[in-house]
Amino acid sequence: MSVVRIPPTLRDDTRGQREVIADGETVRDLLDDLTARFPSLEGKLEFANVYVGGEDVRTRDGYETTVSAGDTVILLPAMAGGS
Amino acid sequence: MTGYRELLRRVRAEIEEIDAQSARELLEGPDHPPLLVDVRRRDEWDEGHIPGAVHIPRGSLESRIEKAQPDREQPIVVYCSAGERSAFAARTLGELGYEDVSSLDGGFTDWKRNGFPTQVDRALDPQRRTRYGRHLLIPEVGEEGQLRLLDSKVLLIGAGGLGSPAALYLAAAGVGRLGIVDADVVDESNLQRQVLHATADLGTPKVDSARAALEALNPDVDVVGFRERLTSENVDRILGEGWDVIVDGADNFPTRYLVNDASVWHDIPVIHGSIYRFEGQTTVFKPGSGPCYRCLFPQPPPPELAPSCAEGGVLGVLPGVIGSLQANEALKLLLGIGEPLVGRLLLFDALAGELNEVAIRRDPDCPVCGEHPTITEYVDYVEFCAGVHA
Repeated sequence: MSVVRIPPTLRDDTRGQREVIADGETVRDLLDDLTARFPSLEGKLEFANVYVGGEDVRTRDGYETTVSAGDTVILLPAMAGGS
Repeated sequence: MTGYRELLRRVRAEIEEIDAQSARELLEGPDHPPLLVDVRRRDEWDEGHIPGAVHIPRGSLESRIEKAQPDREQPIVVYCSAGERSAFAARTLGELGYEDVSSLDGGFTDWKRNGFPTQVDRALDPQRRTRYGRHLLIPEVGEEGQLRLLDSKVLLIGAGGLGSPAALYLAAAGVGRLGIVDADVVDESNLQRQVLHATADLGTPKVDSARAALEALNPDVDVVGFRERLTSENVDRILGEGWDVIVDGADNFPTRYLVNDASVWHDIPVIHGSIYRFEGQTTVFKPGSGPCYRCLFPQPPPPELAPSCAEGGVLGVLPGVIGSLQANEALKLLLGIGEPLVGRLLLFDALAGELNEVAIRRDPDCPVCGEHPTITEYVDYVEFCAGVHA
């Protein structure tokens, strides 16, 4: 079980929750579990960077990066707003 | 009772004195030169001093000499204008345990009379010394840093939510030139957060109301307005004016990718900030030493997944926090102090009251800043961000 931080742009899909618990040994399993529980996330998660323990999974094993129990996972899509 | 002349005579008899010629040979000689200490008043120092000297007014000598020279065995030469105050200073240093101290006989006056080199530093005038007094008290800034800020040029992309606090703090700090790129006029819905503009400015171009506000805050600041949208056509002209730092407070993806590519090619660091509702992020993209925006986000999300503040809203104070953090990073870069947010993305959540950080790394395959760039000229950024890819 890991805590996943949901970015503000995807919270409409998680019933407003900022953090959700998801299950999985790898990032891919975790995201699949998320999508299974919040189906409207389908097709949206691939636009978010994924950080496990503060590190971008692209610099590790991508979606195959293993996630340990207790790791915080941050989903982070680009935000353009500045004004 | 001992008169001044008598006291001076006795002190001079106790200390070592060195004439200008010998002092010059020591200072320029092959051996480790002595520490040269100018004990005159500030205004005398400002009018000219011996190159390489440190300025410690006689009234502060006891408290400050240890920082300038902790090793009491190292030689010190002290000087004033004529060699009298420095004689007393030399005695004081002897009392503090300094073993090799001499006073420059005839002082700075005699040094100049010999035609030896002198130096006049750029200095803050008394009015600026008062205005920037709180900066001058910080050793990491000081007079040198303040002069550097006054010589600095920062370009702000957008005079909106992020640009407002960033511009105000940079102007207050005395950054000498602020460029502002913004095509918009002040709208009533801006005033909930864009603190650079006021109700009386409604309908006024933002670059004009920004200039008025910033110059009223600090007349040392020269504000250059570019009342245009940043495009592939004008970006080289605008960036080509020689900016030290860019503060990116744009409100759309095409401008952000354009700013990124142009800043990599112009080799100008970008202080990035973005905001949405209660959350914001900031980082520093420094060409050559850290990742760029495309390393972090190779592709923008499709528009339906990336609502703007105009669509999704933003807490008014949030750009105040993020824009101020951007100003902080800009000042650090300009002054060359601290640990800039290069390779670190700071995430602020106003509701949780949390600040988090994630690592961002340079992508060797980045199409713009990577080892084998595939994008080497401006593209159609609107098309790129709409998901239309060649």
